[in-house]
Amino acid sequence: MMQHPAILALLISSLLISGMLLYAAWYGARIIRSWNLHSGSELQLQLERRTYLISSILGYALVFQVLSLFFFIFTADTLHSQFTGAMCAAGSLNANGYGYPTFFLKIATCLLAGVWLVINHVDARGYDYPLIKVKYGFLVIILMPLVLIETIVQFRYFQGLHADVITSCCGSLFSVGKGTIGGDLAGLPAAPMEWAFYACLALALVSGLFVCLKDRGGYVFSAASALLFTVSATSLVSFICLYVYELPSHHCPFCILQQEYGSVGYVFYGSLFVGGVAGMGVGALMPFRNHASLSRIIPATQRRLSVLALVSYLLFALIASYYLVFSPLRLFP
Amino acid sequence: MIELSHVTKSYNVGRNNQFTAVDDVSLSIESGQLTVFKGPSGSGKTTLLSLVGCMSRPSSGRIRLHGIRPAFLAAEEGNDGFDISNLPERFLTEIRRTTFGFIFQQFNLVRGISVRENVMLPAYPTTESHAAFQARAEELLRLFDISRHAASRVEWLSGGELQRVAIARALINNPAVIIADEPTAHLDSKLSREFMEIVALFKGQGKTVLIASHDPIVYDSRLADRVVEMRDGRITVSGPEP
Amino acid sequence: MKTSLNRHRNIIDFALSSLLRRKMKNFSLLAVYTLIIFVIASLLFFVNALKREAALVLADAPDMVVQRLMAGRHDLIPAAYAEKIRALPGVSTVTPRLWGYYYDPVFGANYTLTVPPRPAVEPGNILVGAEVSLNQRVRVGDMVAFRTSAHIPLLLTVKGIYPAASNLVAADLVVMSPEDFQAMFNLPADRATDLAVTVANPRELATVAAKIVEFFPDTRPILKSEMLRTYDAIFDWRGGMMVVILTAAVLSFVIFAWDKATGLSAEERREIGILKSIGWETADVLYLKFWEGIVISLSAFLLGGLLAYGHVFFFSASLFEHALKGWAVLYPKFKLVPAVDSYHLAVLFFLTVLPYTVATIVPAWLAATVDPDAAMRS
Repeated sequence: MMQHPAILALLISSLLISGMLLYAAWYGARIIRSWNLHSGSELQLQLERRTYLISSILGYALVFQVLSLFFFIFTADTLHSQFTGAMCAAGSLNANGYGYPTFFLKIATCLLAGVWLVINHVDARGYDYPLIKVKYGFLVIILMPLVLIETIVQFRYFQGLHADVITSCCGSLFSVGKGTIGGDLAGLPAAPMEWAFYACLALALVSGLFVCLKDRGGYVFSAASALLFTVSATSLVSFICLYVYELPSHHCPFCILQQEYGSVGYVFYGSLFVGGVAGMGVGALMPFRNHASLSRIIPATQRRLSVLALVSYLLFALIASYYLVFSPLRLFP
Repeated sequence: MIELSHVTKSYNVGRNNQFTAVDDVSLSIESGQLTVFKGPSGSGKTTLLSLVGCMSRPSSGRIRLHGIRPAFLAAEEGNDGFDISNLPERFLTEIRRTTFGFIFQQFNLVRGISVRENVMLPAYPTTESHAAFQARAEELLRLFDISRHAASRVEWLSGGELQRVAIARALINNPAVIIADEPTAHLDSKLSREFMEIVALFKGQGKTVLIASHDPIVYDSRLADRVVEMRDGRITVSGPEP
Repeated sequence: MKTSLNRHRNIIDFALSSLLRRKMKNFSLLAVYTLIIFVIASLLFFVNALKREAALVLADAPDMVVQRLMAGRHDLIPAAYAEKIRALPGVSTVTPRLWGYYYDPVFGANYTLTVPPRPAVEPGNILVGAEVSLNQRVRVGDMVAFRTSAHIPLLLTVKGIYPAASNLVAADLVVMSPEDFQAMFNLPADRATDLAVTVANPRELATVAAKIVEFFPDTRPILKSEMLRTYDAIFDWRGGMMVVILTAAVLSFVIFAWDKATGLSAEERREIGILKSIGWETADVLYLKFWEGIVISLSAFLLGGLLAYGHVFFFSASLFEHALKGWAVLYPKFKLVPAVDSYHLAVLFFLTVLPYTVATIVPAWLAATVDPDAAMRS
């Protein structure tokens, strides 16, 4: 285990977030068990008040989780100098088997917490709280366990980190004969990925416009947007990064967060995150469109979400295309 | 129209200090009229008004509002009135904010801020811009002749002025129903009569007014369309059905 | 325009005015909050600045240093090794180095003695750092008496003094000729303290190091990158330990914040009751509390951060430099180069604002769920 202020900060924040979710899930479970809106009993009134607390906790938890995702990458990037052969965050994450699982779990929990807040937002507008059991079920069964697992995996990751420092018996020996930690991620071939990226973008745009204008095809758009999310993330590794770095073989998706590349990574990941949450939110709301109290709210929310998703993805694509066009690097003659 | 059927409100249910503040009350209140609830303290008037005013939910029974269409209802709903007895607090608050204006016995003004801010407070959590409701507040302050105190803190005002600030605040969101709980309890007879003149003004604007009071100036007033008498949470005299 | 932005703007307005209305309570909270941020920020900034300084010092260091080990301890290395190492493929230069420490019993200070690879002074002359000249009260041309290991005084003339600007590197430095150095420590002429090795291709450093160990099993090669990494790790470790110690402080602050947030005065409770009775929703009151928290956190963060910045970079972290800098009596007095990056602000945020915010969620909710009809029943 390495003593580093940032590692302590990450561990503490993950513990706090887990604690918050456990607390929220505990009352969520009680709400699932005892909720009865037709009762004017004091228990019901108390449970209704708890819903405010849970929403507020989840709101804060999402913000903290997103911040901690970026902070985690940031920290991994800072730590790379401690590991022989690590070039950037990618190398540090590879230092043991828990690095990448932590990273992916953080992404997953951020997305799911975002979708939860979308459902919560809609539910709070239906005067009979029609989604109350759905959303607390989602919280108790999926979100809370995932956050707990993430905390544990992250702890294991940091626990397994050992800096390669000089020891009294031998000097540089450990530098030799130990394979370098892969600083670069191998990407998928660039040419087909570029096609796939723009094809998925077109698909998402068309289906998104359908949702906005015709109020139809929510599932299609949601699927397209989830696909685009994955394809965009893969494209970052596969070719977008190459244009940003102007190097034909540097695939690392983390270095774009550094200042020397204008911190453009934050825009990429931010827009991808907003697009992902909004796009998946549209799909998550689809099954509930026919609830009487939500029949007006859900379509309006879906339109707004799809506009948001489209704008985010377009922003992502515009910046990516900018690099493709103006980067001095040419991958294809 | 507000329609109550078999409304009961109990506190501390299941504990040994359980008590029932409103017990099986059925009543319908016409729009545009002044209804006075009369009875000794502890008779359940205040609780009944808080139930009608969407401040709390009945333990059992139904309360229906007619002629009010909150924004959260779908187009086809609520044409023949809708039931508020099962609404969560969030939606009750929305109805209360848009439909009801409250005048409290203790005036309940926030100390330390100006008269103007106090009047505007109910409009803060709405989507209106500050400028829009500030203009309305100035107009109300002029109407009640307290413009010159607009920037003073409420601690510095006299009882009658406080009363008028409280009334102005009740009107800021332009409610259809005014609810006043013992509004004259802290006023002398002259100020109480002035208050009744303001009530006449409300009636003139077509507002529904509900007042809980055991002050004869209020319930003997010729403005009162109906006097409902309560005791021990029940209605003893429900007055002439109009 | 009717937008929910208006709602937030109105609520922020009210949050500010209600913060100002309870000056005493909020100022005491702000003061403690600022203090906590100040302490942790000073620590983070200071450790980071030291890391940078260490990196600067090492910037001129050779790529690799070869030491000889005797019974697991650092020993003098025969100069003959230098010739043999120079013959290894890939090695471009090998320089035997002479350096050591000298404790002056009269002035109670430690000096670093070095001999530059190309003689900088004639035998009998020395160059000294600014701190040494102050300590010894000597100027250019004065004589200094050092005591050799045979307890014979050695008189040396000060030929020059390093400017104070180079203090971190040169403050306690005494530069002398090889002859004087050997005389002082009774050092055999064919021995050196260690060897500085440079390699033509930096990628071959590790390979060359392995070869050196292979041919000279009694040596220990140390790479510059490893020294940097070790320094980093040591400074991070120290910083981390201090943070662990400070967790107690953060914890007590969080309890303090919790207490402040739960212990609503009767006046405040009454006020929230009024707000709720006149049509504020629970969520509105939660937003009110959220904005209050943001304002408090932001002010404390800015204030504490700025104070820490001044403390570390203008007053050289006078409050805890001894805990972190090390052992030397004659530690150079130098101003750290101001440098704070967003990363350290992020660490600071996670260590302070996040726990504070978490501690106030439940109290804010408790405050916000006052019965709306409480105002009527009072």
